Amino acid sequence: MSLLEVTALKAYYGQTQVLHGVSFALEAGGITTLLGANGAGKTTTLRSICGMVATEGAIRLDGEPIAGRATEEIVRLGVGHVPEGRGTFTHLTVDENLRVSAYTRRDKAAARRDRDMVFEYFPILKARIGQQAGTLSGGEQQMLAISRALMLRPRLLLLDEPSFGLAPLIVEEIFRIMRRVNSEAKVSLLLVEQNAALALDLADHAYVLETGRVVMSGSAADVKRDEGVRKSYLGY
Amino acid sequence: MEQLLQQVGAGLANGAIYASLALALVMIFVSTNHINFAQGEMAMFSAYIAWQFMEWGLSFWLALPLVMALSFTTGVVIERTILRPLHGAPVLSVVVVFIGLLTIFHALAGGIWTYTIKAVPSPFPEVAFPGSGYIGSHQLGMIGVTVIVLIALFTFFRFTPLGLAMRAAAQNPASARLAGISVDWMLALGWGLAAAVGAVAGCMVAPAVYLEPNMMASILLYGFAGALVGGISSPGGAVAGGFIVGVLENLIAYLGNVVERTTGLYIVGNGEKLTVALVIVIAVLTLKPSGLFGHVTVERV
Ligand SMILES: Nc1ncnc2c1ncn2[C@@H]1O[C@H](COP(=O)(O)OP(=O)(O)O)[C@@H](O)[C@H]1O
Ligand SMILES: [Mg+2]
Repeated sequence: MSLLEVTALKAYYGQTQVLHGVSFALEAGGITTLLGANGAGKTTTLRSICGMVATEGAIRLDGEPIAGRATEEIVRLGVGHVPEGRGTFTHLTVDENLRVSAYTRRDKAAARRDRDMVFEYFPILKARIGQQAGTLSGGEQQMLAISRALMLRPRLLLLDEPSFGLAPLIVEEIFRIMRRVNSEAKVSLLLVEQNAALALDLADHAYVLETGRVVMSGSAADVKRDEGVRKSYLGY
Repeated sequence: MEQLLQQVGAGLANGAIYASLALALVMIFVSTNHINFAQGEMAMFSAYIAWQFMEWGLSFWLALPLVMALSFTTGVVIERTILRPLHGAPVLSVVVVFIGLLTIFHALAGGIWTYTIKAVPSPFPEVAFPGSGYIGSHQLGMIGVTVIVLIALFTFFRFTPLGLAMRAAAQNPASARLAGISVDWMLALGWGLAAAVGAVAGCMVAPAVYLEPNMMASILLYGFAGALVGGISSPGGAVAGGFIVGVLENLIAYLGNVVERTTGLYIVGNGEKLTVALVIVIAVLTLKPSGLFGHVTVERV
């Protein structure tokens, strides 16, 4: 059974339909990337999974239907979401950001271990622990955003353009950590990226979205070799 | 000099009440961007219930926590049942609901307990203490109780996980949901806490002003003034603003009296206190729109 299975997903902002029957599935333990031009509906797809927009169609997590449920419920079922724009609590400290993200967890001892784990992933956060999140650099805020999602110990982590606006070196570091999150912490990833080259290197599976429809899917290696993808998204 | 200190003492006592109401208003404002116009009438209603408990033979110190708990519950229930369906409704609809709540509490109090004013005994004994020439024991007690409640509340928000979750929910509801927090319940809890704080203010002010359904009308305005002066987005600022407005209104009336006595020229007196308070608010907001301690909110588009 797939970890996440999305079938004929339609999504609406008010009267405007943005997704027109998107279907895809991802296997537990994998890294899947969702590619597409600006406005294709990538963010909306992630928001739909987390119950943040009005949708039709089926969304199953480990076979359990989650469409129509409240965002906080879906999150507690094990879906971490690092949203577009990072969504850190800018007026709270780094420490408070991490603590509040583990607020709903019962296993406090395990939560403390996860905290050590994110500090090991991103040592700079430990150095900034008492600092207001709003004063962090863009890269540090992205690290905090990922760490916040990890504090929920998700089975599935949705990442919305984690490389956006960051220097290449920082992006490289973040992608290196995401690979570790996947292999060591056994978190499946659904990665939305503008930077297709980077995403296809990290992912094992890829879907390409165009104006609210899936137009291509396959292994990351195959998608990377596709001439259309090369021209539109990879620029060669 | 003695008169001046007395005025400051009285100002601090009033300020404590304004600070409580200001905080109650801000607690709801920071998470919903709404001003609960019914906050004052809810506090008035709580004061009546406390009075009723005392009529039935309960001591004030037993009635107060009972009324706080009742008010808390009522606040939560009002949010869950009346305001919940209005999420995303236009501001004007919400304002109408607040005015409806205000009218309901006002009419209920008048209907149950009549509009005749009632004298409420102070729960604080009249004893002599150092400085009792400058401040009455009820005034001092009012300040003491309010400060304890405010400290308790700040401790709760600052140091408990639930308080942290409530702050997060108020700051960024979408992210709080993504952290698994039930933002809707946090809002309801905020309403409950605001109602409980208002209840304390109502119970404390009743012995000072007489209990009657209109008791909170001008006090809410002062509380609102305090919240705006301190910064409607800043709980600490609102509390400071409440105290500032309390002291200032008395000092200005006092200075007006001094001027009148020495020069015969009448500029301001007790009758203009409320006007003065509102002038202060407008002045502060003109010079610093976010209030003395508030931060400017940047609208994200
Ligand atoms: N909050 C919104 N209200 C209305 N339309 C929106 C909103 N967010 C996105 N859209 C529209 O939905 C479409 C898909 O947007 P989005 O999912 O953000 O695309 P992507 O993340 O792939 O760039 C775009 O046409 C965009 O203009
Ligand atoms: Mg997007």
